[in-house]
Amino acid sequence: MSERRAKPFSITAMPGFATIAILAFVLLYVPIITMVIYSFNASNSVALWGGFSFRWYAIAWENDTVQEATVRSLVIAVSAALIASTLATLAALGTTRRKKFKGQTFVYVMINQPLMVPEIVTAVALLIFFAAIKKATGYTGLAYLILAHSAFCVPFAYLPIRARLEGMDLTLERAAADLYATPFQTFRRITLPLMAPGIAAGAMLSFVISLDDVIITEFVKSAGQDTLPTYMLGQLRRAVTPEVNAISTALLGLTVLLLTAFFLLTRKRG
Amino acid sequence: MTTDTAVEAVNAARHYGQGQYAVKALDDVSLSIRKGEFFTLLGPSGCGKTTLLRLIAGFETPTSGQILLSGKDITAIPPNRRRVNTVFQSYALFPHLSVARNIAFGLEMLGRPKSEIAPRVTDMLRLVQLDQMAERKPAMLSGGQQQRVALARALAPEPEVLLLDEPLSALDLKLRKEMQLELKRLQTETGITFVFVTHDQEEALTMSDRIGVMKAGKLQQVGGPREIYNGPVNRFVADFIGETNFLTGTAAGDTVRIATGETLAVPGAGQGPVTLAIRPEQIRIADDGPLTATLTQTVYFGTDTHCHLRLGDGTDLVARLQSPPSGDVGLSAGQTLRLAPVPGSVQVLEEG
Repeated sequence: MSERRAKPFSITAMPGFATIAILAFVLLYVPIITMVIYSFNASNSVALWGGFSFRWYAIAWENDTVQEATVRSLVIAVSAALIASTLATLAALGTTRRKKFKGQTFVYVMINQPLMVPEIVTAVALLIFFAAIKKATGYTGLAYLILAHSAFCVPFAYLPIRARLEGMDLTLERAAADLYATPFQTFRRITLPLMAPGIAAGAMLSFVISLDDVIITEFVKSAGQDTLPTYMLGQLRRAVTPEVNAISTALLGLTVLLLTAFFLLTRKRG
Repeated sequence: MTTDTAVEAVNAARHYGQGQYAVKALDDVSLSIRKGEFFTLLGPSGCGKTTLLRLIAGFETPTSGQILLSGKDITAIPPNRRRVNTVFQSYALFPHLSVARNIAFGLEMLGRPKSEIAPRVTDMLRLVQLDQMAERKPAMLSGGQQQRVALARALAPEPEVLLLDEPLSALDLKLRKEMQLELKRLQTETGITFVFVTHDQEEALTMSDRIGVMKAGKLQQVGGPREIYNGPVNRFVADFIGETNFLTGTAAGDTVRIATGETLAVPGAGQGPVTLAIRPEQIRIADDGPLTATLTQTVYFGTDTHCHLRLGDGTDLVARLQSPPSGDVGLSAGQTLRLAPVPGSVQVLEEG
């Protein structure tokens, strides 16, 4: 009689595990790969292959509307990333460098609100709010979009910064004070450099999230303020050409680049 | 104002919480540490030794009482304006700065010119034998090396007092022994007052000029290692520093009649009920000894052999004999022995 040993439950040993896993990956990646391939399609169709070409990249590149939308997207994303990561840094310093206080959880929820409220709700609220301001001031510039994007980027910037601060040994600040550093010098020389990777990660996440936003942008933008995603959405209403594929692929490349940098920065050293 | 005093605590107390639930981490401690001495605060965890260290460093303020540095009241002065540096238990090296930058940190914060900092850092690196490691980051060093960087960093600004918070506890035994000698050497070479916190009595005995033994927020005894070891004031100190046998009895002048009815000669024992302490190495086997005991067990420790003995009233004693070259003390369990304490080695203790 062979000895029976109780094995711990392992999901990888379940029947069909490999099949489901492979199917899931196919679902995740086949559409993206297809899109990337068809962005090099020479024909006018998004479905029929007509040979390899950079034609649609050239067309997208030379399209003034695309160019303007790209610049607008980048201006908004960079501004939102800067504003959101600054606010998030302050919020993280305010919520972690202290003893636990009453209502701490409530404050966390307040800060992370944009993660929980449906985006369409925020979009409608902002539309109404900004409409009132537009009427009162007559200003219709990019500031509305920048503010809106900054607002919903704050929690994405806050989370990595807070994680970084929570993992930081408070004794280091004590040691700095012990070595004659004033509170500001301690912050400038010790705390800030140590949280910098968290801030950079937060800013990059914010940039990516802002770059890709459709719903809030669509509601808040004034006439002629298309960003890349809203431009593409607009294109879909007409004839879809592989130009959309080309722009999407370019966006994908940029996002992958930034997310790689994000992981490299947040990865623990040692 | 005495100038030979480095640090003074005057009725220093630190309570946590309020009213009847207050925890007295430090309970009215007065202590004076001399300039240039290696002073150790010794006690079990929670005895208040680290709290006292934090009060001196300025990380905490006393609930009442004062802290003086070279005679000046520094109770209300923040840590960055006290000429006191700390070696932390976790070392607390700045992970983003090189070894050299870590060591230079204090001097930079004091606003010293670069021309002064650079040679000083070089000197400190040499002092702790890390000349080759100047550009490394702390994470690339071993525990022992990190320890020495922490020391160099704290010594570089030439503080009036160096505080050491159980700095050796994370090291393995061999390295710990090496660092004990190293610390003593550094202290002698620099002449800086060291205040060392530990729960390790051996560490305290080997390094210190004086030791302050603490328990439950109170200072029990202050004195040199020999004084503390050979003349503990109470049962706690006797028990915490080294191994000790306790006997209870009734004193009558220069003799004490112990519970078994046997009488020991203890000059100046006083009158009434007393507790006696006898160190295991101060007990001899002697045919004319005043105590009769049964050997229950012998345990071989290499250089020593511990004899576990039981007196007539059931009190257990340990006698430590030097092992003979053969390694066998020639005693067997069940044997009845006569014992005699070495004259002058029996301590009379206050209860505590």
